Amino acid sequence: MVENRPWLDFFAHAILILGVILVAFPLYVTFVASTLTYEEIVNVPMPLIPGDQLIENYTQVLTSGSQKGSAAPVGTMLYNSLVMALGVAIGKIAISILSAFAIVYFRFPLRNFFFWMIFVTLMLPIEVRIIPTFKVAADLHLLDSYAGLILPVIASATATFLFRQFFLTIPDELAEAARMDGAGPLRFFWDVVLPLSKTSMAALFVILFIVGWNEYLWPLLITSQESMYTVVIGIKRMIAGGDASNEWNLIMATAMLALLPPALVVIFMQKWFVKGLVETEK
Amino acid sequence: MAEISLRAVKKSYVMLQVIHGVTVDIADGEFIVIVGPSGCGKSTLLRMIAGLETITEGEVTIAGRVVNNVEPKDRNIAMVFQNYALYPHMSVYENMSYGLRIRRMPKAEIDERVQRAAKILELGPFLDRKPRALSGGQRQRVAMGRAIVREPAAFLFDEPLSNLDAKLRVQMRLEIQKLHRELKTTSIFVTHDQVEAMTLADRMIVMNLGVAEQIGRPIDVYDDPASLFVAGFIGSPAMNFLPGKRVGERIDVGSGISIEIPAGLRAGAKDAVTVGVRPEHLVAGESEGPVFRFTVDTIEALGADSLLHGRIGEGMLIARVDGHMTPAPGDAMVFSTRRGKLYFFDTASGKRLRP
Repeated sequence: MVENRPWLDFFAHAILILGVILVAFPLYVTFVASTLTYEEIVNVPMPLIPGDQLIENYTQVLTSGSQKGSAAPVGTMLYNSLVMALGVAIGKIAISILSAFAIVYFRFPLRNFFFWMIFVTLMLPIEVRIIPTFKVAADLHLLDSYAGLILPVIASATATFLFRQFFLTIPDELAEAARMDGAGPLRFFWDVVLPLSKTSMAALFVILFIVGWNEYLWPLLITSQESMYTVVIGIKRMIAGGDASNEWNLIMATAMLALLPPALVVIFMQKWFVKGLVETEK
Repeated sequence: MAEISLRAVKKSYVMLQVIHGVTVDIADGEFIVIVGPSGCGKSTLLRMIAGLETITEGEVTIAGRVVNNVEPKDRNIAMVFQNYALYPHMSVYENMSYGLRIRRMPKAEIDERVQRAAKILELGPFLDRKPRALSGGQRQRVAMGRAIVREPAAFLFDEPLSNLDAKLRVQMRLEIQKLHRELKTTSIFVTHDQVEAMTLADRMIVMNLGVAEQIGRPIDVYDDPASLFVAGFIGSPAMNFLPGKRVGERIDVGSGISIEIPAGLRAGAKDAVTVGVRPEHLVAGESEGPVFRFTVDTIEALGADSLLHGRIGEGMLIARVDGHMTPAPGDAMVFSTRRGKLYFFDTASGKRLRP
């Protein structure tokens, strides 16, 4: 639009600012709460100006956790979450890019059948198969281990499907040219397909990392020791019972910490993320 | 460098046969153009030589070795694709050297070959660029460079000029011609454009519906087409066809025109005969040959010459005349042609009548 109407600009900005405030306010309250003492929070009304307990609160949750609910230090939980989120994101990408490569570039009997098998699992939510999955994981002695957190959720039909769609847009001639050049299938995968998929991989990594980080149900089932809790579980375990007995300042500090890594991933990979969703360099 | 032979090569998909036995011997250093309309099987034939399609029946030999079951990379050939098929994430240099790097050639030799190819193709300033920063013509040159550095026994071109605009196409055609003169590498070039076929080929293979209708030097194919299809496909504008009925020793093509059958062809002529004459072989006025009278329907003035469209019997007639001769639609015109410039075909089989 090449229009110059000051009141329209003002109106648009007002709406946008209002929206930002609406979204950001709960986050701000969380932050403020994490800087107050327990007594200040339970006062009504709760102050909306940051207090002076920032360093104390954060140090306490990072090293020793809440004294009333679960007592695991949040530092360990963050580490557990990080291992799980990274393991799930990287593992999902590795497995699904290879299976998509096989489905697109190799002709084998029942190829379409296998593709549809993978595709159909998209329609089954994790809750449907969680009991048998738990049984299998338990029988394999995977309870309370990183392998148990990661392996059972590492196959991704969505990622396989997305990579397949992306590979289908790579011209066949590229594969043929590589064949004429003498590249075998794995060479072609490594030298051509993988570099071309870089942006898609980055976009998927962002999505999968956040999904992995926020995973709740599976870690809840598979972990029983505090040392294996992920931070999302940790927050829940800190809330012991009635309102008054919870150290809300510490819980809010944990929530802020839990929020940080996904936010950082999004902020630092934003450019790649957008590129991966719109890129058409082929 | 190598000679390539095809021995009764056939290709079938499940129920459908698409190549019905093509046999041709290609000499070392020869430039062969396979030309035909889309769907005639010309690309399939090329891909069979390249090893990208399996050969259902028959034999392909390269330099005397049967390659039916040899992987493309071991056939010692290089291919240039219609859409260039450059690796988008690699620079021009990396694109050209990729095949050599896979073969683990020493770096110094790779560099020497790439630099030499870049010089021939005038790609020197672009070696560090990515393909997306190049124009269509430059990309096509990179694709050719990738083929050249391999120093293969043969080049295979799959409609390499179809993605270029008209002006660039002419320029690249000349460059390919020059390149072949310099390198003298056996080349097989697939195109649907008869002008490319005429100008580039040492010999051309005219394909139709999976059959090689005629194999020969361009000028021989033009002068002496073997069938209605070849006569209509090679030459622009296409040859005029006048379907007629045989009446004794003459053929009645309608509009009161009848043409005498040359003595040598009378024995083979059936009831339905099609007479062909090229637009450029019709000359205004009456002379010793058969005379064609028709009314001008449309005129295409091309500058150097004009094409006059008219109707004779059931057939359309196009005459190519000097560009300054400008009759109006509706004018009656008289053309004649020398006897030797008439072609007689059996209408039913499409085959040329031969003495």
